[in-house]
Amino acid sequence: MLLEIRNLSSQYGRIKALRGIDVDVDEGELVALVGANGAGKTTLLRTISGVQPASEGSVMLAKREITSFSSSRRVKLGVIQVPEGRQVFGPMSVEDNLILGSYTRERAEAARTIEEMYTRFPVLKEKRHQMAGTLSGGQQQMLTMGRALMAKPRILLLDEPSMGLAPLLVDEIFEIVSQLRAAGTTIFMVEQNAFMALEIADRAYVLEAGQITLSGTGKELLSNEKVIEAYLGI
Amino acid sequence: MFAEFLQFLFSGITVGAIYALVGLGFAIIYNASNVINFAQGEFVMLGGMGTVFFIGLGLPMPLAVLLAVSLTVIVGFGLERFAVEPARDAPIVTLIIITIGASIFLRGAAQLVWDRNFHSVASFSGSDPIMIGGASILPQSLWILGCTVVIVIALHMFFNHSMTGKSIIATSHNPLAAKLMGINTSMVLLMSFGLSALLGASAGILIAPISLTYTGVGIMLGLKGFCAAVLGGLGKPMGAIAGGLLVGISEAMTAGYISSAYKDAVAFIIILAVLFLMPNGLFGGRGTERV
Repeated sequence: MLLEIRNLSSQYGRIKALRGIDVDVDEGELVALVGANGAGKTTLLRTISGVQPASEGSVMLAKREITSFSSSRRVKLGVIQVPEGRQVFGPMSVEDNLILGSYTRERAEAARTIEEMYTRFPVLKEKRHQMAGTLSGGQQQMLTMGRALMAKPRILLLDEPSMGLAPLLVDEIFEIVSQLRAAGTTIFMVEQNAFMALEIADRAYVLEAGQITLSGTGKELLSNEKVIEAYLGI
Repeated sequence: MFAEFLQFLFSGITVGAIYALVGLGFAIIYNASNVINFAQGEFVMLGGMGTVFFIGLGLPMPLAVLLAVSLTVIVGFGLERFAVEPARDAPIVTLIIITIGASIFLRGAAQLVWDRNFHSVASFSGSDPIMIGGASILPQSLWILGCTVVIVIALHMFFNHSMTGKSIIATSHNPLAAKLMGINTSMVLLMSFGLSALLGASAGILIAPISLTYTGVGIMLGLKGFCAAVLGGLGKPMGAIAGGLLVGISEAMTAGYISSAYKDAVAFIIILAVLFLMPNGLFGGRGTERV
C-alpha cells in the first residue's frame, strides 16, 4: 500500500470531526471518497497533508509513518493536495503559481515539468503572464491541478475538483483526472458528485459523520442501494 | 526663489527616502502576517545606536555598520520567535499590542544598556555640501538616496525573481495553499521580521550623520514610516516608497515656507486626511477579487 491510514481521528477543539478512519490507497489506484457536506471529507485530506493535526491513529506513506511530520516535509515526500475552492495565488501570475508548485524540487527539473504542464493545459500557456485571479473558474481549477502536478506527486489528493463548475467543465475536469490515472498517478479524490466519482474510481469509501460506513469498488458502490438512496438521488 | 525651492526639495527627498525604508518595513511584515509592527521604529534606533556603540568600541565604520545591522536583524528574529510566534493564533489586535509592548521594552533596554544622550555619527564621506542650481546638498544625502535605490532594487529582485521571495508573497496571499506547496510558513514570518529589521537598521544608520541619533529616535521615525506605509496603501511596497517621499517633501516644504514648528504635524494631517478620504491609500485597490 502506498497510503495506509489506520484508526485516524481528528478534532476541532472538542468536536470530533473524524473517528477511527481506515483507508488504503495502492500505487496507481484512483480511490474516491464520497459523502455529504460536513461529513469530514476535507478534514481527512487536511489531516493527510498535515495542516490539521491528528488526535489519534496513524498515516503511513510507503510503510513509513508520517503522522508527526510537518506539512512541508510531507510535500517533500510527495503528498500533494489540490485544495478545495481553487486556492490560486490570485495577484500572482499563472506562471509564478506553477513555479511555486515546484517549491520543494530542483530548479532545472521543475523547468522541464512546466513545459509538460503547458502541453497538458494549453490555456495556461496562453495566459501565463496574466494574474491567476483573473482566470475563469475552470481555468483556475486547471491551474491548481497543474500547480500540484509541478511537485511530481507520489499521491495526489484532490478536494472537490468539480465544485462550483459548469457541467461542461465538470466533464473536462473528470476527463483530466481519468487521464492522470491512466498515466499512472495515484489519486485519492474527495467528491460531492458521487455518481461521476464512483464511475471513474477503482475503489471508493463512503464517509458519514466522520466515520467510514461503506467501501468497495466503484461499480459495487454505484449499485449499492444505500448509496443510490443517499448520494445518487435516484 | 527657485534655489530655495530646490533646497527644500533636496532635504524633503532625503528624509523621505528614510521614511520610505521604514514604511517598506511596515509593508513587508503587514503582508506576511497582517500585523502592523509598531516596533519598526526601534529597529531604526538600534541601527543608529548600534553603530554609535560599535564605533565607540574602536571598530572601523564599515564593520560597526555591519555589526549594528546584524544586531538589529537578530533582535527582529527574536521579536518574531519569542513575542509574536507564541501568540500566533491570537487576534491581530493582540499581536499589534504585543509589538507596541516590544517597542517600549526595546527602547527601555537601550536606555539602560547605552544612555539617553544624543550622539553624532560621522558622514560616510566628507561633509562639504555640493552646490546644484543654487541649492546645496550634503554628500550624506546622496548616500541616502543611492543606498535607498540599491535596497529597493534588491528587494524587487528578491520578491519577483527568487523562489524564497515568491514563497513570501504566496504565503501573504494564501497561507493554506502555501503550506500545501511545502512552504514553511512560520519560516516566512521569521524572514519577514528579519528583512524589516534590516530595512529599519539601514534607515537608522543612513540618517544618523544628518540628524543625530538617540534611544528615542525610533518613536518619530517609526510613526512617519507608518504614515508613509498607510499613505501608499498598507502592504503596497511601491506605495510605501511614494508615500515616504510625499511625506518627506511635504514636511520640508512646510518647514521651509510656513514654519518648522509645524513640520511634524504634516505627516499626521496627511494620515488623517487619507483615512477620512481614501482609506485604501493612494495605491490601494478596492480589494475586489474574482472568486
